[in-house]
Amino acid sequence: MTRKIFEGLHVVDFSWAAAGPQVPRELAEHGATVIHVESHKRLCPLRTFAPFKDAQPGIDRSAFHAEYNTNKLSMSIDLNQAKAQEVARRLVAWADVVAESMTPGTMGKMGLDYESCRKVNPAVIYFSTTQQGQYGPHRMFQGVGHHINALAGFSSCTGWPDSDPTMIFTAYSDFIAPWYTLIAIIGALLRRGKTGQGMYIEQAQFEAGVTFMATDILDFAVNGRSVGRHGNRDRYMAPHGIFPCRGSDRWIAITVANDDQWQDFCAAIGNPSWTADSKFSTILTRKGNEDELERFVSEWTRGYTAEQAMTIMQDFGVPAGVVQTAEDLLNDPQLKHRQHFITLDHPEIGPHSYHAPAYRLSETPHEMKSPGPCLGQHNELVYKEILGFSEDEIADMIAEGVITTAYDAPFKPGW
Amino acid sequence: MNNTLFGGCRVLDLTDEKGLLCGKVLGDFGADVIKIEKLGGDPARYIGPFHKDIPDPEKSLFWFATNTSKRGITLNIEVPDGRDLFLKLVASADIVAESFEPGYMDAIGLGYAELKQTKPGVIMTSITPFGQSGPYAGYGATDLVATSMGGLSRILGDLGRPPVRMGSVPQAYFHAGLQGALGSAMAFYHRELTGVGQHVDVSMQEAMTLTLMNTIEIFEMLNANLVGLGQFFVSVRPGQSPLFTRTIVPCKDGYITVMFGGGAFSGVAESSKALVKWANEEGMALELKDFDFATQWDASTLTQEESDRRNAIIGQFFMTKTKAELYEKAVERGILLAPCNTMEDLTKNEQLRARGFWESVEHPELGETIVYPGAPLKMQETPWQIQRRAPRIGEHNEEIFLGDLGLNLQQMTVLKANGVI
Repeated sequence: MTRKIFEGLHVVDFSWAAAGPQVPRELAEHGATVIHVESHKRLCPLRTFAPFKDAQPGIDRSAFHAEYNTNKLSMSIDLNQAKAQEVARRLVAWADVVAESMTPGTMGKMGLDYESCRKVNPAVIYFSTTQQGQYGPHRMFQGVGHHINALAGFSSCTGWPDSDPTMIFTAYSDFIAPWYTLIAIIGALLRRGKTGQGMYIEQAQFEAGVTFMATDILDFAVNGRSVGRHGNRDRYMAPHGIFPCRGSDRWIAITVANDDQWQDFCAAIGNPSWTADSKFSTILTRKGNEDELERFVSEWTRGYTAEQAMTIMQDFGVPAGVVQTAEDLLNDPQLKHRQHFITLDHPEIGPHSYHAPAYRLSETPHEMKSPGPCLGQHNELVYKEILGFSEDEIADMIAEGVITTAYDAPFKPGW
Repeated sequence: MNNTLFGGCRVLDLTDEKGLLCGKVLGDFGADVIKIEKLGGDPARYIGPFHKDIPDPEKSLFWFATNTSKRGITLNIEVPDGRDLFLKLVASADIVAESFEPGYMDAIGLGYAELKQTKPGVIMTSITPFGQSGPYAGYGATDLVATSMGGLSRILGDLGRPPVRMGSVPQAYFHAGLQGALGSAMAFYHRELTGVGQHVDVSMQEAMTLTLMNTIEIFEMLNANLVGLGQFFVSVRPGQSPLFTRTIVPCKDGYITVMFGGGAFSGVAESSKALVKWANEEGMALELKDFDFATQWDASTLTQEESDRRNAIIGQFFMTKTKAELYEKAVERGILLAPCNTMEDLTKNEQLRARGFWESVEHPELGETIVYPGAPLKMQETPWQIQRRAPRIGEHNEEIFLGDLGLNLQQMTVLKANGVI
């Protein structure tokens, strides 16, 4: 069997919610040993987020949490206690990489910030990720992903020109920030290999998100234009939209990039007489008559299922695709071919689908072995085998509440 | 570049708009990236918007944004002389990034097997709409098609209207490029440790599915396909109709996003209380003065009418304030509220300014310094930096063909005259 990329790499993961944990997760799927440091006293927010198995909330029942913590080991510890902080520093000494996403200042109070960690492990690579960063006047703002969607400009630029900005369901920058962080960590590991030095990586998810608005930002910087909402239209292509198909709430995206592709499009729909109208023969005339053009396109798409329309368009070389729902994605033949969704069997949730990465490595494939762990599932392994505590010491720590064992308050789902 | 994370890593970038960000990301982290364009320039140079709205291959803002920290050459890799020159560059390279239709590189004799023969240990990163093989491998995709096939469009848009694309910056191209950079970095790390190179196969569709958060889990656990809900957040309630709460709301000069409510929503109760307290100080929302959001706001039993009524009360307060006024107090008082920033608002954001986020990049040919988005993360030891502005067409031809590849001027002239360079 081939060596995994990060085999032998040790990661201590103090991070929470969505942007932080994905970084150790990706390292774990490529062979790293990752310990997720958790507590029954302060649950990782993902454990409190829906959806839960059978819609019954519980600390080990969130499929959201399970998805974003694959291949990790979970230990439970109450980091508010001095003795627990000592234990955590022993973990830091074992680690190559430390990840955290607490409110700025929290790790410092527990003696687990970068400077403290460096004292026990001078070559540690340490990264902090929060919404707005460790410094600056808004560093303590406690928003969620939706606030960053609004701040970074995604909400105001998404939707229809005659309507209001769009509520973006996903915490979008949480799905941009981790990939940059991983690249930086890989670079830091290479640098450490050459120099023996560790380093600190600090991230504001807001800033990582803003990098994905780059062209609109330059448009404002250079042309003074604040790009608004344009639905699905493109400044330089027509037709360029999402059109209704046969069935209930079924849609297809069709984009025609240039006049050659327009000819392909006309051929694909059988060259009906309206396509010969000079109103539509060039990009300029199509842009000028876009409402009418879109009505004609919709007339055609309504006669087909979204899948049929996609096949016809693609056979003629016109970029088109079904607007896929979650259910469509799970049945998508291309994603099946790439084995994008992997089924893992969670002890409380049972078998369900997990996302694989977006890239395939020919020689060192990722491996998804286990779903996000139950809270404290690997205490024995971590305390005994990795940290070398004796049975007696462990019993004492349980008695003292250093090792947390039960969630005692009534469970409150977060969403 | 000694003081960077990827100094000493050379990337040959053959990608089009779908993969340009890959080389930019690696370049900004210090890699030596050479953008190889068709003669006359890459078609992505015709993607707008343009500097001063003048369509010109040297004025595409899309090109500027996705090609910083690269040098640029022109080379026809389809003819024998061009192919030979390309392979000479491969001998000095660590990563070759491309985004042609699957099979094209093999067809012109530059498939991964050939590259490996020239340079054992080389990494090839292929960025395509659907991946290198499979039933849709030959399908084309623009940003809208990939965001639709990857599921993001489906969960955006107003109720009762078609699904919509995320913004107008091509998110699928950006995600595919960033995933390409990540896959390349993974493979480069492995190569540095073991000497073994590999082929990295990136799917734009798959990259988009990774932005869906818990959409797939919601389907599997609750048998519900999410759709765009416009400006609303929905609470799914077993045994009753879902509750719609407007979270994008108008204010005096635009829109904000806010979470108003309580009960099980962690943090929202305190935030709502603080918001009502502020409104009360200004003589508004008095009806909610003694309302206990933690115990009295129960999303599982609340009627839609009552929820709408309470939201309308606080909505009147928002109409008396600007985005900036609301956000300033929100930060100060711990209220979960943020402005729906326009691009103009974004450039004025205090936090980004205080952190030194924006980067100034010189464009001497335009007689201008342009402000770019800066680092996606900060590192003191090895600062992230835009090494140079995007290359002009063939800007580094002499530097690379004469310098790196050792051609003489006469050879270069012959190659130019024959449409190779």
